[in-house]
Amino acid sequence: MADATMAPAPASGSGEVSPQRFALILVGIGAALTVFQYLGLLPAALHRLPESMIPPFAPMLDVAFNFVKDDLGLLTFTRWLTGGLEAVLDATANLLFGKRRWPNIGPIPWTAIAGVATVIGYYLGGWRMALLAAFTFTWTALVGQWKIAMETMSVLVVAAPLAFIIGLSLGILAWKSRAFNAAIKPVLSVLQTLPFFTYLLPAVIFFKVGPTAGAVATTIYAIPPMILMTTLGLQKVSPEVVEAGKMSGCTKFQLLRNVYLPAARTEILVGVNQVIMLCLAMVVLTAFIGMPGLGAKLLAMMGSFKLGRSFEIGVTIVLLAVTLDRMSKAWVVMQPRHFERGTPWWKRHIILLTAIGVFVFFCIVAQFIDVANTIGRRQSLSMGKEIDTAIKAFLSIDVVKATTGFLRAFLNVQVLIPFRNFMLSIPTPALILFVTAFALSLAGKRQAVYAALFFSLVALSGWWDRSVITLYSVISAVALAMLIGLPLGIIAARSEKWSHRVLLACDTAQTFPSFVYLIPAIMLFGITDIAVIFSILIFAMVPLTRYTIEGLRAVPAEMTEAADMAGASRWQKLVNVQLPLALPTMAVGFNQAIMFAFFMVIIAAFIGTQDLGQELQRTLAGTDLGKNFVLGICVSLMALTFDLTILKWSSDRKRKLGLGD
Amino acid sequence: MTSDAPVIAARNVWKLFGADPKKYLRKMPSGHSYDAIQADGYIAGVKDVSIDVARGEMLVIMGLSGSGKSTLVRCFSRLHDITGGTIEVDGQDIGKLRERDLIDLRRNKMGMVFQSFGLLPHRTVLENVAFPLEMRGQDKHTRRERALEVVRLVGLEGREDYFPRELSGGQQQRVGIARSLAIEPDIWFLDEPFSALDPLIRREMQDEFLRLQAMLGKSIVFITHDFDEALRLADRIAIMKDGAVEQCDTPDRIVLNPATEYVRKFTEDIDKARVVRAGGLIRDGLAGDGTPVEATATVRDMARMLVSDTRETIPVTRDGAMIGALSRNDALSILVGTD
Ligand SMILES: Nc1ncnc2c1ncn2[C@@H]1O[C@H](COP(=O)(O)OP(=O)(O)OP(=O)(O)O)[C@@H](O)[C@H]1O
Ligand SMILES: [Mg+2]
Repeated sequence: MADATMAPAPASGSGEVSPQRFALILVGIGAALTVFQYLGLLPAALHRLPESMIPPFAPMLDVAFNFVKDDLGLLTFTRWLTGGLEAVLDATANLLFGKRRWPNIGPIPWTAIAGVATVIGYYLGGWRMALLAAFTFTWTALVGQWKIAMETMSVLVVAAPLAFIIGLSLGILAWKSRAFNAAIKPVLSVLQTLPFFTYLLPAVIFFKVGPTAGAVATTIYAIPPMILMTTLGLQKVSPEVVEAGKMSGCTKFQLLRNVYLPAARTEILVGVNQVIMLCLAMVVLTAFIGMPGLGAKLLAMMGSFKLGRSFEIGVTIVLLAVTLDRMSKAWVVMQPRHFERGTPWWKRHIILLTAIGVFVFFCIVAQFIDVANTIGRRQSLSMGKEIDTAIKAFLSIDVVKATTGFLRAFLNVQVLIPFRNFMLSIPTPALILFVTAFALSLAGKRQAVYAALFFSLVALSGWWDRSVITLYSVISAVALAMLIGLPLGIIAARSEKWSHRVLLACDTAQTFPSFVYLIPAIMLFGITDIAVIFSILIFAMVPLTRYTIEGLRAVPAEMTEAADMAGASRWQKLVNVQLPLALPTMAVGFNQAIMFAFFMVIIAAFIGTQDLGQELQRTLAGTDLGKNFVLGICVSLMALTFDLTILKWSSDRKRKLGLGD
Repeated sequence: MTSDAPVIAARNVWKLFGADPKKYLRKMPSGHSYDAIQADGYIAGVKDVSIDVARGEMLVIMGLSGSGKSTLVRCFSRLHDITGGTIEVDGQDIGKLRERDLIDLRRNKMGMVFQSFGLLPHRTVLENVAFPLEMRGQDKHTRRERALEVVRLVGLEGREDYFPRELSGGQQQRVGIARSLAIEPDIWFLDEPFSALDPLIRREMQDEFLRLQAMLGKSIVFITHDFDEALRLADRIAIMKDGAVEQCDTPDRIVLNPATEYVRKFTEDIDKARVVRAGGLIRDGLAGDGTPVEATATVRDMARMLVSDTRETIPVTRDGAMIGALSRNDALSILVGTD
């Protein structure tokens, strides 16, 4: 890890032990414990916490939940609450894919929706965006996935606005009230590291299986960034604009409505973009609680190893993600433009009129021409079978087969399994000491205390072995991702052109719902351990590469020039000047890679692993709310430890280097 | 309320920035200097200021950057809650006003032009100008008419539907001026309102303000860095340094009798002949005869006569009545700049 480049320990007072020294002592004790374990001298109780000492967290939580749910009547309350939500979801379901519910007029012909999307695309981003929108929706219809895509969209169009409204209101509240802000901050940071499974089960229990639970989980999942962006935007409004509002005699409400919110438009719209993307990512994942749509179909297809169809669905999801992302980002930068005086009314509203015109036109056309209405199974241009055959043929080419086979065997036997066994062999207290030492040497006392506390809690949870396996998957995947991602970033950063291209690719890749990353992994490695690592690897590589480039590109020109003048070779310059300066930024990427890995490892559990994810997925089948929570918290605690430590190190380092923040 | 009562009366006003300014001010020994306060971690934006603004008066505030001009004006409009002292507007302590009354005061009596304009970025020129009217609840038609009128007054017709970012700095500033004009406030706070304007428009605006003030009897507090502008507009000038008002007086008295060394330095480079008027040069015990001069004439105006005339003393009249006499030597030494 980054220890090698640590700043030399500050010269501390004579009597005091420096954090580095202390960390070294901790590592020493841990190593000794491990050696004792190998020699068979360590009492069993020190290797693993005996069962009898593990507090029954899950049953306790269950009791608490049941009390809240049944005795306090929360269940009735939430079910009552969802009545309204269900009606709205039914309505959108009717409109988009013709579910037999009120208002019973759907489904809207696909051509009408695609047409309107195109017009909106044009409005937001000109011809290119219009083309993108048109292509995405036409593709979806033509490959015969319109209905499942609309099942997904029908939840999205409800969840995203809901998350927006709730996030905005809470954001305003957090901005207004210092106390509320202080209370909500830690909750938000935990929420953001909590694995999505932990959102799903409570949703199912409190809000019934199906679209309603999916919508609730999706909404909750997307709220945190909206809160943060809203608060940020409101804080950034220029004080003089606010004063101008006050001097104009605004009441408090008028000030918020007419001054603050419009002036914070950019940040709020960035929040909207994030809400949409998170909703899409989550709504695909709600497949795990049986919600129909693109995610469920993908899950089924991957489960039965139908690679061609999986691939097509993957493309659809990616196209949708890219379209939604680009459109909402275009909205962020769009500025209102004025019309010349005397512009007629219709010209001012030409976009709106066109959209209505297109919509009506296609609705009428669809009455007469069937394919404009719905594309049935037989007319669709899906090439699932053919792609399937092609992929399988490709994989059975000798060279390919040999390569993947070798990789699989080599990594498994030589690297991964030994590493995993090693991790599992470390006594619990020793591993806790190692992690604590890591936090101490990088970030300081406070983070070390958190690390010790968090990992001790994981040990107490009774899921230590599975947690360690989770950690092992994360660490090995991130390490492998670094082997590929860092050189890629360093090479790309050399030229303006390539930096730009790779950054764009990373940007795009980051908008893909995580689920999609499983497809190439399964294609190459089948349903194996290696596929899990591989999917995490590509997922985690994105932030690594991205921040490496950004860090290197941000190194001030004078410094590299100074190195040039000193006659440094390219390699010397990289090692001595650029990397040290880029390291804090790269650490942020490293941190994100770890967070992504924790996230992905749980999704990948679907392929079949022995970590926490697997257990988590199992809880979804039943109603093990307590266990679900304990498992979720375990993941969250481990992720938080890294998050706190690395980010602290990065900001310390930046300050020390005078890079400002 | 009589009409000669001041519109704004500030008494021992303090505005400190810092962690807990109220508590600090209570405990602070009196006579603490600006630097001593700063050493304690506080910034004295306004430091023990007592000043009146008379009805219909144009008070100009001058001072170096960071001397607290904007802060003082923000205290007058209660954009800042002051740390100590009292400020009365029309005899009402504005520190004690309830939210509702404060809003009413601002809606009906006060207008302000901001140093960096403070335009609402998402509203067009016309909507920005109409904003205070909208907040007052005027109907759409009336406020549109009024906004168009003032937009024309500041010379922005044709740009009504532009957004602030589509305008130049000077044009934005004029939007800010128009917005404050829209409600015809009695009390006007102008924080460097013409700083971004070119000399021509600047002159026009100054004339417009003088005209409005003469016609409507507005009370104006005006901040500027430009001495010429101050001289053109001011009834009185207040000079600030480190949050405190060093001197507040008529222009010629500031130039002739600077109260402190700082003020003297500050006014050193001014051409005094353009500031000092005959009325200000009158000395007791002098009498003269022959053609008198008008009390409002500046030394510069009298230059030709001063040089060619041979009288020792010259009588001064105001509105036709004799009010005293000045010494020609005094005037001459001001003219040639050796006093
Ligand atoms: N909100 C604030 N918080 C902390 N300090 C402030 C604040 N507003 C002003 N100050 C400080 O008060 C002092 C006076 O500032 P002010 O803006 O009144 O100066 P000014 O005389 O208007 O200067 P300029 O001519 O540059 O506009 C400055 O030192 C400034 O840093
Ligand atoms: Mg100022």
